[in-house]
Order: sequence, then C-alpha cells, then structure tokens
Amino acid sequence: MGIRIVPADAWIDPSRAVDRALVTHGHADHARGGHGQIIATPATLAIMAVRYGVADGAVPASYNEPVALGGGVTATFLPAGHVLGSAQILLEYAGERVIVTGDYKRSPDPTCLPFAATPCDLFITEATFGLPVFRHPPIADEIARLLAARAANPERCVLVGAYALGKAQRVIAELRAAGWQEPIYLHGAMEAMCRLYVDQGVPLGDLRPAAGVPKPDLAGAIVVCPPSALNDRWSRRLPDPLTAMASGWMRVRQRARQRGVELPLVISDHADWDELTTTIAEVNPAETWVTHGREEALLRWCELHQRRARALALTGYEDEDD
Amino acid sequence: MQRFAALLDGLLLTPSRNGKLTLIADYLRETPDPDRGWALAALTGAVDFAPVKAGTVRGLMADRVDPVLWALSRDFVGDTAETASLLWPEPEPAPQGQPPTLGEVVTALTAATRANAPTLLASLLDRLDTAGRYALIKFATGALRIGISARLAKVAFAQAFAVSVDAVEEYWHGQSPPYTPLFNWATGAAPPPRTDLLPLFRPFMLAHPLENEVISLTEYVAEWKWDGIRVQLVHVNGVTRVYSRGGDEISASFPEIAGALPFPAVLDGELLVRGNQQGGEAGGAASFNALQQRLGRKTVSRALLTAAPAFVRLYDVLIDNGEDLREQPWTARRARLEALMPRLDPEQFDLSETIAAADMNALAEIRAGARDAAIEGVMLKRRESPYVAGRRTGLWYKWKREPLLIDCVLMYAQRGSGKRSSFYSDFTFGCWDGDPDAGAELLPVGKAYFGFTDEELKLLDRHVRQHTVAKYGPVRETDRSLVFEIAFDSVHVSKRHKSGLAMRFPRISRIRQDKPAHEADRIEALRALVT
Ligand SMILES: [Zn+2]
Ligand SMILES: [Zn+2]
Repeated sequence: MGIRIVPADAWIDPSRAVDRALVTHGHADHARGGHGQIIATPATLAIMAVRYGVADGAVPASYNEPVALGGGVTATFLPAGHVLGSAQILLEYAGERVIVTGDYKRSPDPTCLPFAATPCDLFITEATFGLPVFRHPPIADEIARLLAARAANPERCVLVGAYALGKAQRVIAELRAAGWQEPIYLHGAMEAMCRLYVDQGVPLGDLRPAAGVPKPDLAGAIVVCPPSALNDRWSRRLPDPLTAMASGWMRVRQRARQRGVELPLVISDHADWDELTTTIAEVNPAETWVTHGREEALLRWCELHQRRARALALTGYEDEDD
Repeated sequence: MQRFAALLDGLLLTPSRNGKLTLIADYLRETPDPDRGWALAALTGAVDFAPVKAGTVRGLMADRVDPVLWALSRDFVGDTAETASLLWPEPEPAPQGQPPTLGEVVTALTAATRANAPTLLASLLDRLDTAGRYALIKFATGALRIGISARLAKVAFAQAFAVSVDAVEEYWHGQSPPYTPLFNWATGAAPPPRTDLLPLFRPFMLAHPLENEVISLTEYVAEWKWDGIRVQLVHVNGVTRVYSRGGDEISASFPEIAGALPFPAVLDGELLVRGNQQGGEAGGAASFNALQQRLGRKTVSRALLTAAPAFVRLYDVLIDNGEDLREQPWTARRARLEALMPRLDPEQFDLSETIAAADMNALAEIRAGARDAAIEGVMLKRRESPYVAGRRTGLWYKWKREPLLIDCVLMYAQRGSGKRSSFYSDFTFGCWDGDPDAGAELLPVGKAYFGFTDEELKLLDRHVRQHTVAKYGPVRETDRSLVFEIAFDSVHVSKRHKSGLAMRFPRISRIRQDKPAHEADRIEALRALVT
C-alpha cells in the first residue's frame, strides 16, 4: 500500500489514509485524500486541494530543501520531470541514501522541472513502460502529426484524449510551442486543472469550454477531453470528431485499435525503456528495486548488466497517468 | 514501402467502410506501378513468398534480442510482426539512400531461397523505420489480416479511377499481380484485357425489390424465384467452371454439374438439390437446407452425390459458342436458351418455367399460394432488357412473398461499428420457452441490426442504457422489457442455436413499446413456421 519509512513512522504514496504521508505527485494512484499530515511540494499540495479540498495537515516541501522527518531520517524532494510539482524523494538515514523516483521521465516538458539524476545507494524506480518495445518518439513529431491531421480534415474537429493532470497541459503547451495559437476547447473535467497550471505560472494560451459552442464553430478546432469521453455520448456534440489519444500505450497498434482511436499519439509522461535503463546506469546505485509497472523485463536487464535488483510488489497503483 | 505502411496503419485504425475505401483509392491513384499492384495483391491475399515464414522472423530476432526480453515483449504486444518491428535494432551508422519500394522487395524476395531469405529480409529491415518494418514483415509473410475483403479492394479500385465495379470484376479474373494491364485499362492507357479465351466469371445481372412500381405483364415476364444459390456455368476450350454469386469458383463442390456442360457457353441459373419442398413434385427442388450440406466442400463423397443430387435450373444464356448475347433482349436470349436445352442432360439441367398470369392480381394470388412451398417469391424480367451486370432500375425485379412476423423480447445489445460505434445498435432477441407466467425463460432466437430509422436508433440506444442489468465486455444485458416485431423470410432447424432454430434475414419491423414482454411469442410459434 505504499513504501513505509519505519524509523520516521511515515509512508510514501500510501494507497490508504495514514497519519503521515509523503506524496510524490498529484496523480490519484499516488495522492489519496484523508491523511493526517501530508508532506509534498507546494504545486502537488495545490493539485490535491483541487481534488480533495484543502487539507489541514499540509506541509509544503520545496525542491532540494531537506526536511527532517525525525528518527534520524531526512527527506529531500527532487524534480522528477513527470508532471507539475512531481518529485523524487531522497531519504537519508545513517549514512545511507535511498531514492524513490515516483513516476518520472527524462524527455523535456515545458510544464515542469526536469528530472535531477542524483547518486544513491538504493534506487526504487517505476517501470510503467518497462519493456524494450516502448520507445517514445520526440513529442514535436507527434504534435506535428496532430496538426497535419487537423489541416487535412478541415470539416472535422480533432478530439484529443489526454489525462486531465499533466498530459493535457503538456499537449496544450507543446501545441503552443509548435505555433498553434487558435483557441483550444476543453471538456469540463479539464478546466479546473488547466486553470491551476496557469495560476502556477504555466501559460496555456486561449482556452475555452467546448460546452455550448455551436457544432459548426468547432470544425477545424482542437478539443481536449479525458480518454473516457473519447467515444462517449459527450463527443456527439462535436462535428465528426477525429479521435486522437495521447498515451505511451499508443506505441502498440492493438492498444490504439481497442480504444477506437484514429490518430494514436505516442506521448507519455513516463520514462520509456531507454530512459529507464540509462537512468539506472547514470544514477549507478548499489541496488535497484523495481516497482509500479512491468518489473520483469527491467529485472532481466539488470541481470544482463550485472546489477543487483529485485521487484517490489506494490498494490493499489493504476495507470491513471500513462 | 513507406506509403504502403501508412496505408496499412490507416486501414487498421479507420473504422468506417467509406474511410477505408478513400484510403485505398487515394493510394492506388497516387502510387506508381508496380507498387500499387503489389499492394492490391497483398490486400486481397494474393501474395505469398514461400521461403519467408513467421519462423524466419523469429529466427532473425533470436540473433538480436535476449530471449527473455523477446518473450515478455511478444506476450505484451500480441503480434510477432509488430513486436519485431518495435525491437529491431536501428543499424549504425544510419542507412544511406531511399527505403526499398514494394517492387524492389518483391524482386528480392522472389529470388530468395530458404537459405538466404533471412539475410535478405534483414538487409531490407535495416533500411526501414518501425512502421515500414511492420508493413514489410506483414507483406513478406502474406499475413495481413486487416479485414479487407477482395470486394472492398475492387470497389476502391473502381472508385480510384472512376470505372464501374462490374467492369473491374470482369477484367480482374485472369489477371495476376501486379495487375499492370488492369491499371493500364483503368487509367485509359490501354484497351481492356481480353477475357473471351478464358473460363472467366461475368458479373451477374441482379434484381431490385419490387416496391410501388406498376408492372404490366405484357412488358414483363414472371418466373419463380427459387431458393438455392445463383450460379454461372462457363465452358471454354473444354474446361467448365461453376461460379457462385461473388465469382468464387465452386466446381469442386459440384462435380456432377461441372462435368455436364459439353459445349462452349456461359449460362446463368439457380443451383438446387432434388426434392419436393419447393413447388412440390412439379417444382422438384429440396429446401435451401438440403443444399447447404453440399456447400463449401473440396471433395464430395459418392454417398452425398446420391443423397443430395444437384441440378441447375437455367434462367439465361450470356454467351453461346463464342457469341456474346448480352446486348440482345431477354426474348432472344430465352429462345437461344430453349434451343440449347435438348443438348443438356435433364438430370443436371432444367429450364426455369415462366408463370402464366393474366395480370398482377392473378400473379399475386399464384404467389401467395407459394408460401408453404418454400419458394422465395417471383422474379419479373423486362422482356426487352439486355443482360447488364449489377442492379439496373426498371429491368429485373424480385417480388418476395410477404415476410413472416413474430414478436420477440430484446435481451442483449452491442455497440455497432463505424458511424454507429457510440450507439447500441446490434440486438439479440428471444422468445419464451413456455408460459412466461409459469416461470418460462427467454431463449435467444436471432440477431438484427437493421430495420429501424435513425430516430428509432436513438430511442433504442437510450432504452438499452437505461435498462442495463449486466455488462459483458461490449455487450449489455437488458431487463427484457422491450418487445420487437421481427420480420424474417424463413426459419430453419439449426443445431448451432440453443433455441434449435435459425431465422433467415431477420430485421426489426416495429418497436412494440405498447406490448408487455410476457405477451411476446413463444418458441413453439416460431417452430410452427419452420420450412
Ligand atoms: Zn503512477
Ligand atoms: Zn503519475
């Protein structure tokens, strides 16, 4: 149900309410409500406040500033490059250094700080895309495909399925960087999180609710919605939507087919296989624990490269954020 | 190869038939020979390079990827070609020059032997990106499996070059990949390929359903519409072939027919089995069910030949001794057909009799009498009409007898495809297996996905969503509260269905919101209609 820090009597990303929790980032499978005390970055606390309401026990922890947890344990939140406010947690105790990566990626993201590779003795890494078939292409290529599909279908709208926290804002920010300055229309479930990003200093340009816009006005537009709304009744209000989905799973054709997606966009906020393996080599820990995803293949890679590793089976994590 | 790879991916992810047609048509127009011909061959399953097998690909990967990582990846992806395309190590340094074209791939693989096929394939894979590698492996192993029928490919071809599908069908036969003469004809660069010296299928003339048209029997002749399968017999140079509706050859299933046409001709008729369910002793034909046991066989036992002897009831003659009669009126062709009959063995051939009736009212009465005789209805053919491929208005009509009706209860619904993918539009319905007030159960008796308007579709979709009691993957089980009046053509005994019955052509004729579910029909009512 999470990682327990025994000497300090605290948990990292617990899946049940506990007295004291350190939270790596705001995705629902990592950040649950109802804890007594929550230690997290200010941005993560702001995200949790949007989702669960303001918590009494919120303790902000700035990046790179050690927090004494008691029992001789110090925790330092380091940028993870996953979503706004996301952190790895460095634990120091009796001269030992442990890093819990949470979710992370190495490719550039205009909406958050980049992953800081930091030496340690024990590296507890995620492995959501821990198979060698996963290689995420440069996001600029995927955004270019999205814009080309839009231009080729002027009478349709492009409906992009993207997770409400992180993926949606990254796609929007990258569209702006690629020169798309037209209004981008949002499903209602996206609005609060986009507003939060803007308040936190991430510019997203002209965003408008899709609800209430007459159908013909959305021809040629880009609309962003949660993946669950892609083939839902909600999408019937749109002019013949061309459905796109931004996810690392889109690398595999059958996954795209199963979702009924016409335009699969391989855009992920997680490390791909090359990022996972090069990061382990770069951090160069004495031991690696693999969790949260496809542990087997990454363990095999460690074995082939003479690295000590084992699987850490954690329950309660789902891919809200692929 | 890159363009072909983009086509494959597009086809894989485009749900609608029209979208697929446009993709294929654009590709065929924009791609040069011989690549487009090879792509067409791949789409229609006409490509096979014997030395390249799925095992070749697995062997190449075994030399390049750790076996554990390969197995984990293959399990996750679920497809060998795709896994290999994703795991193929990018060559260093990056390859120079253009990726291979389809034509180049064909030249290389045609010359391949079992011994050098792996090396050849590897050097081609090195020159491609992920999507290109996937397409190459699918192409080389001949295992596209993307659900494109040969018919769809031909319709796309016709759409690409604005030619008629029937002409494409006719000229396609006898051509082989990369179909250069076919493209030359379609683009206007050459006359059509010659077809008169080959035992080729000619597209059938088809009938429209008769709706409100006023028909005079002085202009039209009536024939029975027999419930068998439409066949064409083609005899050229001592060879006879039997073709079914789609132009598929079925000579092997009906050797007694293929062996019984001794002179050069192209004949059109209905294939039937001897019996007395259709039109009694005089009709001489068994039910469609009796014919079904003869279909789809590569060889036929002597016992089956004796138990279910086939014959053809002839309607028309298209070509007689090399002379194409298709431009001539029906009356002239009918006279030629009658003149041919004495040269045919009456065991295997008879003539479709015309029905003598003074007017349509008289004909309606005769037709109504055909209900329990398992005859499908009546054909009306314009006496002056030439033999034209496809369905042309005003020439041939089919006047089916009234459909049978039964009240069933909606049990399960599934989402449709394409435009209807967000609606529950495929319905399974059932009848009671006894007295519903005494604890009887509903047994599924059929499925229907048409017969309703767009407005009704919305209503049905709403009903399904509001009355769901369970979900099984894409299927929803409803609370069994809605009654449909189902129209269908006939019902047969079937071992494959739990109810023991199978309907032909069921469709939703009315939504009976006024009718409570327990008043729907029982299985016995349906069984009484079995033919
Ligand atoms: Zn996660
Ligand atoms: Zn996450």
